[in-house]
Amino acid sequence: MKAVTWRGVNEIGVEEVAEPTIINDHDIILEVGLSAACGSDLHLMGGYIPAMRAGDVLGHEFMGRVAEVGRGVTKHQVGDRVVVVSFTSCGQCWYCRQGLWSLCDNGNPNPGITEALWGQSIGGCYGYSHALGGWAGSHAPFIRVPYADQGAFAIPDGVSDERALFASDAAPTGWTGAHQAEVRPGDVVAVWGAGGVGQMAARAAMLMGAERVVVIDRFDNRLQQVRTHIGADTLHYEKAEVPAELREMTGGRGPDVCIEAVGMEAHSPGPQYLYDQVKQQMRLQTDRPTAVREAIYACRKGGTVFTLGVFAGLVDKFPLGAVMNKALTLRGAQQHGHRYIPEILERMSRDEIRTEHLATHVMPLSDGPKGYQMFKNKEDGCVRAVFRPSM
Amino acid sequence: MTSSIGNVASLAARGAGSVVRHVRAVVNPSAAHPAAAGHSASGWLVVTVFVEPSELDAAKLPAPLAEFGDRIEVRIQAAPGGKGTELAARLRDRPRPGGALSRLSGQDPEAGLRSALRRAKQLIEVGEVLAVDPVPHGERTATPGGAFLEGWTKAAPKGGVR
Repeated sequence: MKAVTWRGVNEIGVEEVAEPTIINDHDIILEVGLSAACGSDLHLMGGYIPAMRAGDVLGHEFMGRVAEVGRGVTKHQVGDRVVVVSFTSCGQCWYCRQGLWSLCDNGNPNPGITEALWGQSIGGCYGYSHALGGWAGSHAPFIRVPYADQGAFAIPDGVSDERALFASDAAPTGWTGAHQAEVRPGDVVAVWGAGGVGQMAARAAMLMGAERVVVIDRFDNRLQQVRTHIGADTLHYEKAEVPAELREMTGGRGPDVCIEAVGMEAHSPGPQYLYDQVKQQMRLQTDRPTAVREAIYACRKGGTVFTLGVFAGLVDKFPLGAVMNKALTLRGAQQHGHRYIPEILERMSRDEIRTEHLATHVMPLSDGPKGYQMFKNKEDGCVRAVFRPSM
Repeated sequence: MTSSIGNVASLAARGAGSVVRHVRAVVNPSAAHPAAAGHSASGWLVVTVFVEPSELDAAKLPAPLAEFGDRIEVRIQAAPGGKGTELAARLRDRPRPGGALSRLSGQDPEAGLRSALRRAKQLIEVGEVLAVDPVPHGERTATPGGAFLEGWTKAAPKGGVR
């Protein structure tokens, strides 16, 4: 079968790969209906997470129909329409049972890599490097889904494929940020990044009762999407002094909760960006934490900063003094989607969450390289490139 | 001046570390070797399994651990705070622990035991050991980075246990 693969730094290919087979009893084989490129894929594409091998199949946000079930699977049958959470988590270890699914002890067959990087290993993720398990990704006609009773969710009849697709990653990641940051009714929430995850974090915060939600970005079309489809306020950071605007919006306090949905390749208009770029390219720091720094400075005293964008390693000029002296709570997580997806699908069926607008460019797998190029360079207003294997 | 103070402090810290290791060895005579990087002095390797202690029996260990027979000691005790059961094992004839590099490459003397503990935990909690291979992939071009990653990936399943 044809699949979209990582070939090298900034090189995406389409090539022949073997079809997956059932290996463990709790596996299903899914016929992929839709599979989205995610902003975090760009870190892989650019070589910022150096644990990809040429030939690895990309993609971790997907939905489709069950094509085959392992003998230990009890919840799914051939033909079921399901959305699959990006993380592979067993559902039985202490972390999974606490709802901290991305921290699963058992879902990453290569624990030694992340253990060496971070002290302990976390769960696995489809198509997201050998550090997170080496699982094949979803930009292919078929994908193997381990722990399927835990990670695949039946899609309600009234929810379209295009909407359900984003219940795989963008929406539950946004939910993880807002919920784990403990957004409360009456809060003012600022979200850095108006991509799919940032938009979903903003929507989650609104549905959790936030009084006001502000999303920060520099792309007009994305900010327009936020105003139109999410219903949040926006700030264009190249046209406004973000911390000052946030102070004014909050009576001088600063946002109660600041969610960073940008990640390790943050951009900023000032000289700090050049400094971070040079250090990152020289490998003196692995990640550019521009938005995190701003969130820490902007957050109200005693507030919460949540890092939802993907970071891999070390950052420089981290304002720990502000974290300590302002008594901030600093948290982060990959998505604990298993605990949020049932609620998200229910809200999608009630039209409380709409995501179709994120899929700005739908194309066949054969357009994989073009799709990633458009997505990376934000060409033609590309918010997400989505691959439909049947095209 | 600063450098001189730093040297003294460094010597003092090293001396204190040596004393602590010595005291630990006396208090715990099982600590045959001083602690190596990332390695406890006692030699116990531990996983926490999310089952009740009564569900584990040292005489009926899962196959990956049972295969070690008399070559390992096993300790089972309740984890605090309802976190399950701590399942610990160590080699009876404990070799000197490997360094960080040998551990990263999966070549250290305890690599097999770490892998066995992790597989035992999966068998107890999930009922099967998760396997990723054979994984579908495209052409693997030969590069130094790819070779390094391939080697690390082969060793990585022996991690995840401390």
